[in-house]
Amino acid sequence: MHIPDGFIDGKTALATAALSAVGVGVALRQVKRELPPRKIPLLGLAAAFLFAAQMVNFPVAGGTSGHLVGGALVAALLGPSAAVVVVTTVLIVQCFLFADGGVMALGANIFNMAIVNSVGGYAIYRSVSRVLPGVRGRITALAFAGWCATVLASISCAGQLASSGTVPWSAAFPAMAGTHMLIGVGEGLISALVFLAIQRTRPEMIAGNGEPGQPRRRGELVRYGLLVSLGVAIFVAPFACPWPDGLERVAARLGFEHKTAQPLLHALAPDYQVPGIHWAVGATAIAGAAGSLVVFALALLLGWLLVPKRANGITGGLKDA
Amino acid sequence: MQRLPAALKLGVALAMIVGTVLAPPAWTGWFTGVAAVLALAILLSRIPLLFLGKRLLLLSPFVLGAALVNALQPSGRAQWMVLAARSALCLLTVVLVSNTTPFCDILRVLRRVQVPALLITTIALMHRYIFVLAEEAERMRRARNSRTFHRGRRLRWQTLATVVGQLFVRSSERAERIYDAMCARGWK
Repeated sequence: MHIPDGFIDGKTALATAALSAVGVGVALRQVKRELPPRKIPLLGLAAAFLFAAQMVNFPVAGGTSGHLVGGALVAALLGPSAAVVVVTTVLIVQCFLFADGGVMALGANIFNMAIVNSVGGYAIYRSVSRVLPGVRGRITALAFAGWCATVLASISCAGQLASSGTVPWSAAFPAMAGTHMLIGVGEGLISALVFLAIQRTRPEMIAGNGEPGQPRRRGELVRYGLLVSLGVAIFVAPFACPWPDGLERVAARLGFEHKTAQPLLHALAPDYQVPGIHWAVGATAIAGAAGSLVVFALALLLGWLLVPKRANGITGGLKDA
Repeated sequence: MQRLPAALKLGVALAMIVGTVLAPPAWTGWFTGVAAVLALAILLSRIPLLFLGKRLLLLSPFVLGAALVNALQPSGRAQWMVLAARSALCLLTVVLVSNTTPFCDILRVLRRVQVPALLITTIALMHRYIFVLAEEAERMRRARNSRTFHRGRRLRWQTLATVVGQLFVRSSERAERIYDAMCARGWK
């Protein structure tokens, strides 16, 4: 999902960079406040861990292999703000050292993968694990959150590509969301398995496990939520409605529609001609809704299969261990 | 090329990338200019061409995806070429800069442009330990390969997940030791 340079135009790059800067600023402040100085090297090491973990390939059906992305996993292990800092670091190093993901697109990549992926994944993980108690609930929650986070990030990415005029929304959305609905299954499964492995061996290393109660995250999550919804409003909402958006209508009514500035980057596909492509957008949305139900059921099954009943209550000193 | 100040290289690279992304496709002069500067830089830096070529071939699934989308429509090819040229030029710029500039110099520039200190510390630590942890992961993989013989897919996923989990545990422990070492050396 690393967007290279040239796929994001000036205005989108500027908007995503501003959103990401605010998000990372919030995360850094939060981390400084809540993390003891002892844990500061952990951020760097967790980033290096994420980088190394992304190089471990998992076998997928048909001889292909996939790898971990890990935003939701790191957020579940270290908390959302630490995860934003960690994933941002990974993205910066990948961009400048390995030329993975563009420099102009860095803001967009940070927004999608560090903010939408980690924080969105964390919010889903928290709300599901609150409903379902015990280790089983956490495994279910993380597997589901991993899938949702991947799909959400891909939708945000499709929105940015479309608002840059690089790929039309009617093609970008089905392609990105469709493939990531499959990739996300692997992501959720790996995240849950890795989490379970850590939970079994060193449960005290998972944030929130050793403390008497889970730390309050509401204010923090609200701030990220505002940022993400702003991003959605800018990049995704204009395309998600079938009718022309408000701005266009206003422009048409006021009669300056023809005066709108020529886009810096010409749309690659101004008018998409292939029949049935608009149908694909709706079909993808329906498939996503149905898919999330199926994935949730699978995640429930996974938690039930992986965690034996007697181990369910043990959350590492949280309750009765 | 390697001896130029990092700030200058980063500044020029950034200007080139921004210009390449923003320039309309009709400005062929700009694109050829950037290409000429890059060619000169490649000559001066003496980076093997094969290495750059390999890196360019791995451009990105995005370029392929865009090619696929554009194959479906009549006038797509020219625009795809513009897109691919843009990405390739920007990618070459970044590869050149990152291969001729020590990473700590890049960090120094970032510090000078007021990137928050916590972020810079994290980046520096990550850069230092990427290779250590990658080696550790490789050692763990080799150890597992020499000990496990089963073929089941389920077990393979589970052992791999255990390896990754163990890698997290080891890196957290290493972080604790690093903190002690940093304090011992007078880190505030």
